[in-house]
Amino acid sequence: MPPAALRPLTSNTTRRQRNRTLWFWVFVGPFAVGLALFTYVPLGWSVFLSFFDAHNTVTPTDFTGFGNYRRILSDPEFRSSLTTFAVFTAIIVPATFALSLALALAVNRLRWAQAFFRSVFFLPTACSYVVAALVWKMSIFNGVRFGLANTVLGWFGAEPVAWLATTQPPWYWLVIGTVRLWLQTGFYMILFLAGLQRIPVRLYEAAALDGARPGWQTFRHITFPALRATSVAVALLLVINAFQAFDEFFNLLSDARGYPPYARPPLVYLYYTALGQGQDLGLGSAGAVVLALVIAVVTVVQARWSGLGRKEE
Amino acid sequence: MPITRRRLLTAGGGLALAGATAAACGSNTGRGGGGSGGSLSHWYHQYGEPGTEQAVRRYAAAYKKTRISVQWRPGGNFDQQTAAALLSGSGPDVFEVNGPTLDQILGGQVVDLTDLLKDVKDDFQQAVLAPKTHDGRIWGIPQTVDTQLLYYRKSLLDKAGVRPPRTLDELVDAARRLTDRRTKGLFLGNDGGAGVLGATPLHAAGLSPVTADGKVGFDDPAAARTLAKIRKLYEDKALLLGAPADWSDPSAFVQGLTAMQWSGLWALPQITKALGDDVGVLPFPADGPAGKPAVPVGAYAAAVSARSDRKAEAKAYVRWLWVEQTGYQEDFALSYGLHLPARTSLARKADRLRQGPAAEASRFAAEHGHADPLLWTVASKVAYQDALSRIIKDGADPEGQLKAVVRTTEAELARVRKRS
Repeated sequence: MPPAALRPLTSNTTRRQRNRTLWFWVFVGPFAVGLALFTYVPLGWSVFLSFFDAHNTVTPTDFTGFGNYRRILSDPEFRSSLTTFAVFTAIIVPATFALSLALALAVNRLRWAQAFFRSVFFLPTACSYVVAALVWKMSIFNGVRFGLANTVLGWFGAEPVAWLATTQPPWYWLVIGTVRLWLQTGFYMILFLAGLQRIPVRLYEAAALDGARPGWQTFRHITFPALRATSVAVALLLVINAFQAFDEFFNLLSDARGYPPYARPPLVYLYYTALGQGQDLGLGSAGAVVLALVIAVVTVVQARWSGLGRKEE
Repeated sequence: MPITRRRLLTAGGGLALAGATAAACGSNTGRGGGGSGGSLSHWYHQYGEPGTEQAVRRYAAAYKKTRISVQWRPGGNFDQQTAAALLSGSGPDVFEVNGPTLDQILGGQVVDLTDLLKDVKDDFQQAVLAPKTHDGRIWGIPQTVDTQLLYYRKSLLDKAGVRPPRTLDELVDAARRLTDRRTKGLFLGNDGGAGVLGATPLHAAGLSPVTADGKVGFDDPAAARTLAKIRKLYEDKALLLGAPADWSDPSAFVQGLTAMQWSGLWALPQITKALGDDVGVLPFPADGPAGKPAVPVGAYAAAVSARSDRKAEAKAYVRWLWVEQTGYQEDFALSYGLHLPARTSLARKADRLRQGPAAEASRFAAEHGHADPLLWTVASKVAYQDALSRIIKDGADPEGQLKAVVRTTEAELARVRKRS
């Protein structure tokens, strides 16, 4: 290809090209600036802080090398927060996946009022995590005899349960799990529904001709494989969402005096370390960097393993 | 002229940008423009008692030398809000703080207020002034003294044939006997007590979190013995858990969900209004041979931010309000909920503290009051609170748990010694 200068250019194309660059920056510029200012600068600053003793300051001078990393990695509370997080992911990802797929299959089969049920199941997505957490904490799962769950238990003569304060058995997981299920299942149901509606009817006709029985056999060999792209996306989104666990945990379990030592995911723990009255910003930043690395590794591994972004054959 | 899609988007984007810029410029940082002639910002946390906000706004309006803009900040995380605001120049000039913490003092975030109390230092309750003092310098002026006590329903105790508990063992026994299907024996907060009790059981065992000479004060088998008894309360299912309102609010007690509740003195007016004289108060009962009754006291203090560019004016205002204006101090302590005045001269002449449970509470605070020492840093407190929660709820071994807290506290003490 000849150099640009040798190419015959009409003034029209240069203008168009210049215009294009201009419009590119008009549209992308504000977001790029925002991203740099509010994401990359704090990210870099956090890495910087993690190498200093930064008690109550964001401009520290006391360099401590990898001291904060040694402390955070040897901190049993931080390690236990990572375990909490793993347990939470192990519960919530398969549960939401299965429930939203089941709902999508059910709604998809409806011959009437499909739009109604789709909306009803989708509606909780519009509710804020904070509000839902407070409803769960104050009215459904409060520990006294007139809480909703305890009233139901009372009909069967059972003692009231202090749902959020009982660690043996860990009833708090029931509260945390159900609130998130209620909030997010509808959204993933819509994704699955969209996937289901893209499956060509002729596949089912062909399967029927080949003698596949409707029900489990068709689902196992036609529907589920055809939903592969959707399933991968849903699983990935669910894991990323689980990583961001903070809102419902904080609103369900924190009180004016702090947070109990159980069900404390890393973001909650780091919030208290770095931004509580302790203000150990160096240690908190080191924890944030470790957490970011864990998330990066998990996401890359998951994307590789599930073949996200690979061209469909 | 037909409007193309692109033109519409550009116009819309431009408008949004302009709006965002305008909003950013006009955002109210509470600094009033910073320069002289603007107002000083004064932050308060949101008090639950009605009338408090109007009162502090009235005091601020009465100050003639500088205009004061009061910020009433809702939300349970006021201390986090101020801690974050102090990192930047956009925080308050004057603020109240459940501290200041040792790291805030050592980090130079608050201004030395020693000279404000030059002639009146001895009039302040020493128990709450001590944690505001580091190396002989004072970093916050106590506003009022908050104290906590054990409230009990006299009628319920009589009915169960239980006498008001004088020892921790009696408390455990009473709570168990007062528990039935409708009412629990004792409410120590929805977390089972780990948060609100803090170091109080250590004091009840005759120990302390950090000693006066800066050493760990609970490396002693008595500490484990006492904490095991709090576990017993939980095991007996005598504790109210998961109530709609937490320990600082008397609702659970007033509604009859519990026969005894640990709460603040501030709740007393609401309780007597609902229950009349069917209420008694006690300190946290003593435990063991060296034990003594324990009453936690603490004070929100007025502090001046070191980032303020008008420190002299801010100090003058703090001196005016929290040192000179004893009338306002009395009003603030006694008219909205109930607090003990931070000045002994005011406490002595307060009629509301002369009779009934209020008089007893005032006496308990004077005789058995203990405040968290400044050296009991946030990291140590958190480690201890986690351990206490595990002892109470999981039945973890108290000795093992406390050993770990002793190690954390020693490390923290060494860190702050190095820093100061």
